Amino acid sequence: MSQRLPIPKTYKLAIGGKFPRTESGRTISVNDASNNLVAHVCQGSRKDIRDAVEAAGKAHKGWSSSTAYLRGQILYRLAEMMEGKREELSKAIGAGDEGEVDASIDRVVHFAGWTDKYQQVIGSTNPVAGPYHNFTIPFSMGVVGVLSPDEPSLLGLISLVLPVIASGNTCVVLASESNPIPSMVLAEAMATSDLPGGVVNTITGFRDELVEHFATHRGIIAIHAAGISADHRTALREGSADNFKRVTIRDDVPFADDTQCEGVGWIEPFVELKTIWHPSAC
Amino acid sequence: MVKFLYLLPRAISALESRMTTVSKPHAGAPAHGSAPARLDLRASTGGGIFEYAPAPESVRPEIAERYGLFIDGSFVEPRSGNHFATINPANEQQLSLIADANAADVDAAVQAARNALPAWSALPGKERGKYLYRIARRIQERARELAVLETMDGGKPIKESRDVDIPLAAAHFFYHAGWADKLGYALPGRTPRPIGVCGQIIPWNFPLLMASWKIAPALACGNTVVLKPAETTSLTALRLAEICQEVGLPKGVVNIVTGAGETGAAIVEHDDINKIAFTGSTAVGRHIAKATAATNKRLTLELGGKSANIIFEDASLDQAVEGIIEGIYFNQGHVCCAGSRLFVQESVLDRVIDKLTDRLASLRVGDPLDKNTDVGAINSKEQLGTINKFLDAGKAEGATMHDVCRSDLPAKGYWCKPCFFTGVQPSHTIARDEIFGPVLAVMSFRTPDEAISRANNSPYGLAAGVWTDKGSKIFDVAAKLDAGIVWLNTYNKFDPTSPFGGYKESGFGREGGRHGLMAYLES
Repeated sequence: MSQRLPIPKTYKLAIGGKFPRTESGRTISVNDASNNLVAHVCQGSRKDIRDAVEAAGKAHKGWSSSTAYLRGQILYRLAEMMEGKREELSKAIGAGDEGEVDASIDRVVHFAGWTDKYQQVIGSTNPVAGPYHNFTIPFSMGVVGVLSPDEPSLLGLISLVLPVIASGNTCVVLASESNPIPSMVLAEAMATSDLPGGVVNTITGFRDELVEHFATHRGIIAIHAAGISADHRTALREGSADNFKRVTIRDDVPFADDTQCEGVGWIEPFVELKTIWHPSAC
Repeated sequence: MVKFLYLLPRAISALESRMTTVSKPHAGAPAHGSAPARLDLRASTGGGIFEYAPAPESVRPEIAERYGLFIDGSFVEPRSGNHFATINPANEQQLSLIADANAADVDAAVQAARNALPAWSALPGKERGKYLYRIARRIQERARELAVLETMDGGKPIKESRDVDIPLAAAHFFYHAGWADKLGYALPGRTPRPIGVCGQIIPWNFPLLMASWKIAPALACGNTVVLKPAETTSLTALRLAEICQEVGLPKGVVNIVTGAGETGAAIVEHDDINKIAFTGSTAVGRHIAKATAATNKRLTLELGGKSANIIFEDASLDQAVEGIIEGIYFNQGHVCCAGSRLFVQESVLDRVIDKLTDRLASLRVGDPLDKNTDVGAINSKEQLGTINKFLDAGKAEGATMHDVCRSDLPAKGYWCKPCFFTGVQPSHTIARDEIFGPVLAVMSFRTPDEAISRANNSPYGLAAGVWTDKGSKIFDVAAKLDAGIVWLNTYNKFDPTSPFGGYKESGFGREGGRHGLMAYLES
């Protein structure tokens, strides 16, 4: 018997709970360290980003108004689904080391637990000098653009995405450019978890081509990025000035370090504070 | 909290309730035009019943012929060699000459702030706090002088500068003074550090108050500052500089550079500034965001607004009308969070317009130094021109202007009678753009969902007001409005403990409260 010929996969994009091919019809080959073809991924385009922002926008109302308890359950369910895909995720990362997968799953669990707590940590009642009940509560912002670092391909993406969706935002993610495959395996885990379609939309492609479109899309209200070049940073901030996107760019993040990559400080940039006054005298 | 507009109206309401026992229209009767024998208060306001004798503020603070820049603890002549006039917008008289800081002046101020930073940020929080307490006390002690100066330089009614601007300015220093040694509690689990040298650029609508909003938290967090007041309202910021001298604030911790847009640009572009805090127009804010894109400067922006004030049919309409007045005519409408779009539920639209018309007719426009004045002078000739263009646009685009205020305007100075428009379409300029004047666009709605979607249909998201006596409805609507501040059954209230700042194109970051500290801390 001859040796079986393997079937290399072509990964598609993840938009609105579906897996469409890029409208541009372009693909990129992903090779391993020995330059063997591992798979093809889509080379996403501006139009794909537009579709993804639209899907994320549609998903925002439902996701942000679901109860904090439910969001926590769903994110914990995502951790369960990832646990079931440990081997596939590990293989996709390509290091043969499950440490990054473990850390990624644990980070999901960490932020799953924040969904019904950050409001109390971030919010406040304010002792104004007058007969008013005055309080500040955090609300989600809307659609957030997430630009993942090349490395770590899975943990980097997870660390940027989870604080964004834990607080009720939806997002459009640009995957690691050097190894986008883990992002697509993760997208498949998400599709089989209870995460509503459109909460996380994943695009693969080139930053040189796509950063500008993240920066200038008016449907995106905030940016969460790490591991990007100085030029891309400037382009992001310049483009973001038009609709005053809230831009958070993280430098040299030690993603494996829980003390630096977890906590409410990661959620804060993606909530909008609303302060409400009401007279309390009659 | 201070009541903003002293309602001689209270007298009106009392009188009206007596009168209406005689001629009250039947409940549910169409109020507009067809009420029987209704006593027209509008006619009476100018004619005797409510005649007020002039009650001008008698204090006249000393004003120097010319002012220098406050750099490194001293007043210095500007390197530019230039001064410009600051005038009283209520009578067009020159008050003083203000130094026009150029890039070299800004550079000197930034160097002073940089040199002062290590010692100031290393000072124990309790000691830093004590300086802020001293400043707060001196503002209180010099409150009357500051209030009169504010009114003379900016045109706002003395009762507002006396009861709102200056007390709140002092309160901001008091509040933040106490934070200086408690910053670890502001960001639990993190180690807060000052950002460094902060460039702060403020507008002309609340001059001393905005200076306090900016300086107090920055100093409490261990930063040093270079602050630029608006070119039409520099005087109280320069008085604050004197107060910094009086209380022995270390040199260079606060630097005040006066000037116009070019001075501001020099601050924004200066390499050795770590953070820019700007309050002003959305257009300038956008420019600043672009200009700092390639730098590591931190940025907070408090920008424009076109805030919605929503009146439901089950609101207490008399209170709501007071809220409309406070919302849009407070400080001549020169308020970024002014309730400039009024949405009234259709079933009560006529009644609200009737009440609003009565109430507006009685507003007293005139000498800002008169203690009975409700609406003062427009801050500058330029701003008056802007407002007039909007009034023309409103009429040209087909809305109906209600110019019902009965006050006689002084012959000199910059004046705009408070007014409102009906027949306004959402696409009209006056319904979309920030006017920054006493001009209200009135629109109607049928359902709560319609009110919410129309209120949110704006690139801005600074503030909103909601008026209804239904508890569940009011909190539901408040949660769904894209606005950083939502006033329920009230409007235009401010407090140093209450975070202020907007959604969307109204900027980012908050000022006031624990949240405001984050804008001045690294962690």
